Amino acid sequence: MNTHVKDLQFPSLPYAYDALEPHIDAMTMEIHYTRHHKAYFDNLMAAVKDTEMADMPFGELLRDISKFPVAVRNNGGGHFNHSLFWNIMSANGGGKPQGELAEAIKKAFGSFEAMQEKFNTAAKTRFGSGWAWLCVKSDKSLEICSTPNQDNPLMDLSECSGTPILGLDVWEHAYYLKYQNKRPDYISAFWNVVNWEEVSKNYANAI
Amino acid sequence: MAYELPALPYAMDALEPFISKETIEFHYGKHHATYVNNLNKQVPGSRFENASLETIVKEAEGSIFNNGAQVWNHSFYWNCLKPEGGGEPEGKLKEAIDREFGSFGQFREMFSQAATSLFGSGWVWLVCDRAGKLSIVQEQNAGNPLRKGLMPLLTCDVWEHAYYIDKRNRRPAYVEDFWKVVNWKAVEAYYLNRVA
Repeated sequence: MNTHVKDLQFPSLPYAYDALEPHIDAMTMEIHYTRHHKAYFDNLMAAVKDTEMADMPFGELLRDISKFPVAVRNNGGGHFNHSLFWNIMSANGGGKPQGELAEAIKKAFGSFEAMQEKFNTAAKTRFGSGWAWLCVKSDKSLEICSTPNQDNPLMDLSECSGTPILGLDVWEHAYYLKYQNKRPDYISAFWNVVNWEEVSKNYANAI
Repeated sequence: MAYELPALPYAMDALEPFISKETIEFHYGKHHATYVNNLNKQVPGSRFENASLETIVKEAEGSIFNNGAQVWNHSFYWNCLKPEGGGEPEGKLKEAIDREFGSFGQFREMFSQAATSLFGSGWVWLVCDRAGKLSIVQEQNAGNPLRKGLMPLLTCDVWEHAYYIDKRNRRPAYVEDFWKVVNWKAVEAYYLNRVA
């Protein structure tokens, strides 16, 4: 997040396209990563080229996003959100978090299952395109929320603010080839591929 | 009073090869039908009990608006399309388009640009105001121009579910094919019958 925007790189996918099968199919992964994410990345770089934004740390650009053009909001958010999303999934995912994150979830939501249920509701009820998030708020407590389109809780114009440590893409492009209109089935399947080690690292970095 | 899923004005495969049977099966049979079902669950007990769909579109908020407007928008969208459609409008609508946009070609380009650049889910509309003046508007999610006092004449659904099976991420290819199935007679009728 301290990387200057002009130095951002399109990240490599941390696993093969078919690694998350059967929960997320290879065709969806390939199009999602090589078409959707790549387009956000390329459009972001084009939008900041030869502007003051190119020399800003990426985190600062997202934080102050209301001052910048809507193309930067949409594509900068798209790049950040997808980069996080790939990293919090894994072929050996699923199960439950351990340690401090498990404690924090219990404290905030009562139980892991209660957190899941709240997250599922946020993901199901986000109307149109957007994301569901598990975030660390400024007081270090955990919160669940959702944002429209490619916004995220780091942005100053977001209704919920915090550091996202787990995110789920609920744009139709994230699930349509396999699940079509059945978004709830996609959300259920997502829990089987969550990489809790990575989410725990995100949590440790955020507090 | 229950809201109903209107009959599709053509067969599921009628718009092939531009919009596939599979897309219509999901889009009409699942998405549109689900909005109808959700609306019928949510309206009883609300202040919209016995309200017309148009009243819901104009006045409701939140989930009742989202489902009601999506019912209206999809019914309108199906009526804007037909097999062996496409071509160009004629008569008074053609004159109005030429007057407002310069030519049909320029209108088409502006509408396509609005459809490909709408970020996220939504609808692009050709509308006219009470004086009959045409314009192109983008609406997010379930947005509908009736709320702004504008009369819808033509719409293109740019939610990803409208094209993802056929075109994947290539929304411009969907918009290109959309023109080949537009029912200009229906659009002309909306224009001529508009509330003056």
